[in-house]
Amino acid sequence: MVLTVGIISAGTLLTRFLPFLIFPEGKTPPPVVTYLGKVLPHAMMAFLVVYCLRDAPSSASHGLPEALAMAFIFILHKWKKNTLLSIGGGTILYMLLVQHLI
Amino acid sequence: MKRRALRAALPYTLPVCVGYVVLGMSYGFLMRTRGFSLAMPIIMSVVVFAGSMQFAAGEVLLAPFDPLYALFLTLAVNARHLFYGVSMLEKYRNTGRKKVYLIYGMSDETFTVNCAVTPPEGVDRGWFMFFVTLLNQAYWVLGTAAGAVLGDVLRFDTTGIEFVMAALFLVMMLNQWEEAEDHGPALIGLGASAVCLAVLGRDGFMIPAMALIAVFCLLGRKRGEGA
Repeated sequence: MVLTVGIISAGTLLTRFLPFLIFPEGKTPPPVVTYLGKVLPHAMMAFLVVYCLRDAPSSASHGLPEALAMAFIFILHKWKKNTLLSIGGGTILYMLLVQHLI
Repeated sequence: MKRRALRAALPYTLPVCVGYVVLGMSYGFLMRTRGFSLAMPIIMSVVVFAGSMQFAAGEVLLAPFDPLYALFLTLAVNARHLFYGVSMLEKYRNTGRKKVYLIYGMSDETFTVNCAVTPPEGVDRGWFMFFVTLLNQAYWVLGTAAGAVLGDVLRFDTTGIEFVMAALFLVMMLNQWEEAEDHGPALIGLGASAVCLAVLGRDGFMIPAMALIAVFCLLGRKRGEGA
């Protein structure tokens, strides 16, 4: 079991450190990597939204509470532009929806 | 300098705190119910610190020893970290010895905050990112320990609280959207992930989605050069 923990830990370390080992600070990375470094943050943030909602479409409520809470966050954030308020408000609405309504 | 950075970082980690403490507790509790020692979940949260991998690893640790399967599962579940690394090559530059820990502790949520938040004027960027990383891992380890030691003690209904992570990602995406001139990458990320999820389902969509994201981003670069 200790060995398995070591393997899982080493695998995780590898995925985190590999880009930094291939492109160390002293060397200028090839332009295509610099380009990816600029665009990937935006693409990966959208990916993460989908990734953490991956169970929603196949759930009993077909993702309705998720959709409503996301729409609420979108409107609240456009209106107040307050990061913590949007995250907190959306989460509380979602909890109310799944615990009491849907 | 450190105090200022800590004070600036703290508010951005609060949503992560809520999510990590509750999820960490359920992880610690789950590991205990599977018969693991008190120390095991805590050790995992310190040395691995990758939420979804830790949950998946529960099964692997109980199964007969199969090092290749353990390695491939880890690489598959954590492959997205490669893209985080490429994204952070520039931001983690010149952060000195802190850099090793910044990379070590780069979970989805830590990447999200460090990538999308520009620290306020006069706050050292390296220390800001260091404290975001440290606080986030501290919440996760404390949550795990509380769950492992105390069990299922939360007396209020926490159903749905994990949505705080989705909310964090969405709001950070909206903030990035406001600042970006080119919305192509965000649309590629959204489209590729949604299509792959719809076609391939929850278990198989991640790697293909990442591949599509890379391909379309590179195609976008070609088109940009041609114009």
